[in-house]
Amino acid sequence: MIEIDDLSFTFPNGYKALNGVDLTISDNEFIALMGENGAGKTTLIKHLNGLLKPTRGDVTVDGVNTKRASVASISRKVGLVFQNPDHQLFCETVREEVAFALRNFGHKEDVISQRVQWILQTLDLSQYADSSPFTLSGGERKRVALASVLAWDPKYIILDEPTIGQDYLQKDRLRNFLLQLTSQGKTVLIVTHDVEFVAECKPTIVLLSKGKVVGQGPSEEILTNPEVVDRCSLTLPQIAQLTRRLEPYGADKKIIDVYSAISEVKRLIRRHR
Amino acid sequence: MRTIPLINVEDLSFTYSGASAPSLQNINLRVDRGEFVILTGLSGCGKTTLCRCLNGLIPHFYPGQLTGKIEVAGLDVQHRQPHELARYVGLVFQNPENQLFSLTVERDLAFGPENIGLPRAETRRRVEEALHTLNFEQLRHRAPYELSGGQQQKVAIFAVLTMQPEVIILDEPTSFLDPKSAHEILELIHQLNREREKTIILVEHRLDLASQYADRVVVMDKGRIVLNGPPRRVYSEKAYLIGIGVPKLTLLFNRLRKDRLHVRGNPITVEEAYTRLVEAIARD
Repeated sequence: MIEIDDLSFTFPNGYKALNGVDLTISDNEFIALMGENGAGKTTLIKHLNGLLKPTRGDVTVDGVNTKRASVASISRKVGLVFQNPDHQLFCETVREEVAFALRNFGHKEDVISQRVQWILQTLDLSQYADSSPFTLSGGERKRVALASVLAWDPKYIILDEPTIGQDYLQKDRLRNFLLQLTSQGKTVLIVTHDVEFVAECKPTIVLLSKGKVVGQGPSEEILTNPEVVDRCSLTLPQIAQLTRRLEPYGADKKIIDVYSAISEVKRLIRRHR
Repeated sequence: MRTIPLINVEDLSFTYSGASAPSLQNINLRVDRGEFVILTGLSGCGKTTLCRCLNGLIPHFYPGQLTGKIEVAGLDVQHRQPHELARYVGLVFQNPENQLFSLTVERDLAFGPENIGLPRAETRRRVEEALHTLNFEQLRHRAPYELSGGQQQKVAIFAVLTMQPEVIILDEPTSFLDPKSAHEILELIHQLNREREKTIILVEHRLDLASQYADRVVVMDKGRIVLNGPPRRVYSEKAYLIGIGVPKLTLLFNRLRKDRLHVRGNPITVEEAYTRLVEAIARD
């Protein structure tokens, strides 16, 4: 469990990015942290592995206060994948990149090569194992950054804007992969403003606005509430806009994903026959 | 009289130096003045490479083997320098942080015109006009990094626009922005297309939001153009099969028809989908 208690953070230039955040991330939860550009989302997740330490308040990871632990020790549990993969990648080949942290944590070579092979395959990167990360496309580099974190099997997996630059097929794979991780008992937190992606994976949403948590709940509740969504510069997913319009005809306006919408519309058309 | 297209690409193939396979293969593409074209396809399909060919970054900065013809506004791209082409083709990047680098918004807007050697008075006029259009007069002395993501992307677009290019190529310009700012940017691009008749090439994966503004969607796969036509025609089941993210509304309608429910049209906006579904629900 990660507990965030009255967390405030002020940058050295005086800018107050977080202002009294209270949030509990339970084990095996799947959370989407959403909010406008500049809401404080990235600043918040940098507190979860101790990269930033609170100006006021506390963050504890499985009972350990991040103020009293090194980033290296917290990182074994909390894997953070940055938004810009170029802030993270530095090795000569994709294989070395993914093996780097595993070596650092002192794993044996056969364990390392096994894990590397597994994760490259899972994220559709095997064919690039011996390429330099910098010859890959933006979307592919992002997957390498993700692979390099997942390789050491952290309990908490934090992803900053994982869908940026990913095509539809990769997003679909990412969605399945995140759901698979949660089914394996991992705790997953994504920072995103991709409402269409969230509507298809339906995590718990935590809304951050101007450095404060302003809402929390199931995707179907949050993403169908126009006032709440607007306040955080989000929009209703297209399907939610449609089911909302169709409510007078008997549609369930809490439907936000396309597959539920297909059955709902079928039901409506058949009922009226 | 046959009109001359603004962009004319004939039998273009390109292989990056050191690469084993070509990134572009036999590309033929004509874009007329004032068109709004979405360029889409899976990661690595050659979208970015094609854009680099249109503004001369290929072959001038990215060496490789190029065959075929690329003409923009009547200029042969292979025999013109990128700075000459910058007057005709502007490129806006995905992340505005990679494009803006001056200490103030005003300086970023002036950089392009100064670089192509415009007189001081003309540069000033264009910068003022840009600040006025964006309603950013108050922000002129602010550092770009102090602005919100949406504001930064607006400045990045106008930093290109101050060179008054005929074609603006935007490489996923909304992907770093929250949905509200993304909507504002798309509206702004739409406005530049309609009111200033700028030719727009928008590279985009997220077709749900952008489709309604486009005259044409071009789909690439493995270095080739595989579909090219108006959005409604392109978003067929076939497009879905090669893995592009057809708008969810299109997916919804395709599925309903597959299950033999009678719904008309191929909507790309919520309003259209609503109207068509109400027709279907209220029928008989």
